[in-house]
Amino acid sequence: MIDSLLEHIRGIGRRSIDRVWRMGVAARFFMLVLLHSGPSFRRFHLIIREIFTAGVLSLIIILVSGLFVGMVLGLQGYETLQTYGAEESLGVLVSLSLVRELGPVVAALLFASRAGSAITAEIGLMKATEQIAAMEMMAVDPIARVVAPRFWGAVISMPLLAALFSAMGVFGGYLVGVVLIGVDEGSFWSQMQAAVDFKEDILNGVIKSVVFGIAITIIALFEGYDAPPTAEGVSRATTRTVVTSSLAILGLDFVLTAFMFRGV
Amino acid sequence: MSDNLIEIRDLSFAYGQRLVLKDINLTARRGQVIAIMGNSGCGKTTLLRLIGGAMKPSSGSLKVDGIEMGQIDQTALYALRRRMGMLFQFGALFTDMSVYGNVAFPLREHTDLPEDMIRDLVFMKLNAVGLRGAHDLMPSELSGGMARRVALARSIALDPMLILYDEPFAGLDPISLGVTGNLIRRLTDTLGMTSIVVTHDVQESLKMVDYVYFVSDGVIEAEGTPAEIKASLLPYVHQFVHGEENGPVPFHYPAPDYAVDLGLAA
Repeated sequence: MIDSLLEHIRGIGRRSIDRVWRMGVAARFFMLVLLHSGPSFRRFHLIIREIFTAGVLSLIIILVSGLFVGMVLGLQGYETLQTYGAEESLGVLVSLSLVRELGPVVAALLFASRAGSAITAEIGLMKATEQIAAMEMMAVDPIARVVAPRFWGAVISMPLLAALFSAMGVFGGYLVGVVLIGVDEGSFWSQMQAAVDFKEDILNGVIKSVVFGIAITIIALFEGYDAPPTAEGVSRATTRTVVTSSLAILGLDFVLTAFMFRGV
Repeated sequence: MSDNLIEIRDLSFAYGQRLVLKDINLTARRGQVIAIMGNSGCGKTTLLRLIGGAMKPSSGSLKVDGIEMGQIDQTALYALRRRMGMLFQFGALFTDMSVYGNVAFPLREHTDLPEDMIRDLVFMKLNAVGLRGAHDLMPSELSGGMARRVALARSIALDPMLILYDEPFAGLDPISLGVTGNLIRRLTDTLGMTSIVVTHDVQESLKMVDYVYFVSDGVIEAEGTPAEIKASLLPYVHQFVHGEENGPVPFHYPAPDYAVDLGLAA
């Protein structure tokens, strides 16, 4: 009885040490990627290719989701605002929720499951089929040639996708609020213009999406690079990428929001 | 310039506590095709990885072209690897590039040649393996034997002095098997390279190699020319060459008494 309890506690300790150790390895991996980023900027076409696979190919899901999130915001916002006779502020509500929170966060969650999982699976399979080892044997550093371009491609794509998500959302809110329900178009746009501050709202949203982009991509690349070279290993790593980066996004969002908007 | 491209003296290697290779002595003269044979898990692939510098020996000396691999740093290792090629078991072609892109890859990474010269070089290498016509196919469209040949073209792209082959014959049909064996011999001779072939395909490799090392359980059990190996009376070599079921390598994995396992005896 005591023995099995002790074993259980030991197990918890082992797992915690293991987690912390892995975080250390991931941090070192992150530094390595940054150190080896030079060559990928000298050959920018490598990064452009990754912007295409991570960014352009995620456009559909980002745009459609943005539109629907905006339309729902329009419906729900109108419902609440009209009780106080403030339905002209619908534009403010829709745009601020999107630019500050929903744009960066939802776009990042979608990006993690669309592009992050693809990155992990691709790198994991490259490792399983010895493509990474082959590259090393050809005296080509896989961190510089494979990992760094994917990192920068995804980090550049993320804020652009978040911005498009927010823009589509505002358009969705406009469709529902102004075209469908009939909120005054002039006040919808002018109140939005007056209330949204470039530095306070838009820039902070962009900073958030850049941070999320870095977190998702490093998690995805690390999981792929660290995956056991088997079918099971790669599939587990892909799952872990989506789970870990979703949690990281939400946790980081809280921290960033606490620093950015303290009611000032 | 020493006559020996690879010199291994009293090399041992351990993964943690487990000793994988013990007191290995091996020499490869320039221009030779050397086979390292043995059953699966005997440590022959580890030996190949040590020669390629993917791991460092625990003790002993391993020299490639006069360079001691135990003390080599990353820069020197990468410089050495530019003069080395490796053929992986299933080719390890880059799946996101065409056949052409794969063969051009080392040229693009390591040289500043203009694209039209790269094109000529790629076509020459592909022609040497008979796949010039397949240059715009993707790796997924190739058969196993073709993929192996494209990988061979890729590994000779920079005209290396040494090529390491990890099980080049695994999973090939008899025709591809013969083609690959002949290619290894012919390319070694015409390009003046040295080849190290890790394999368990006795019949095919005995046809074309100059010297054979037999590895069993981490030690070199036997060595000699193909003729000497064929005539060898050592039980392990005899079992291996003739593919016998029982011998020094037993058919049964170590297990308790059969009757005990079936509950027929105590």
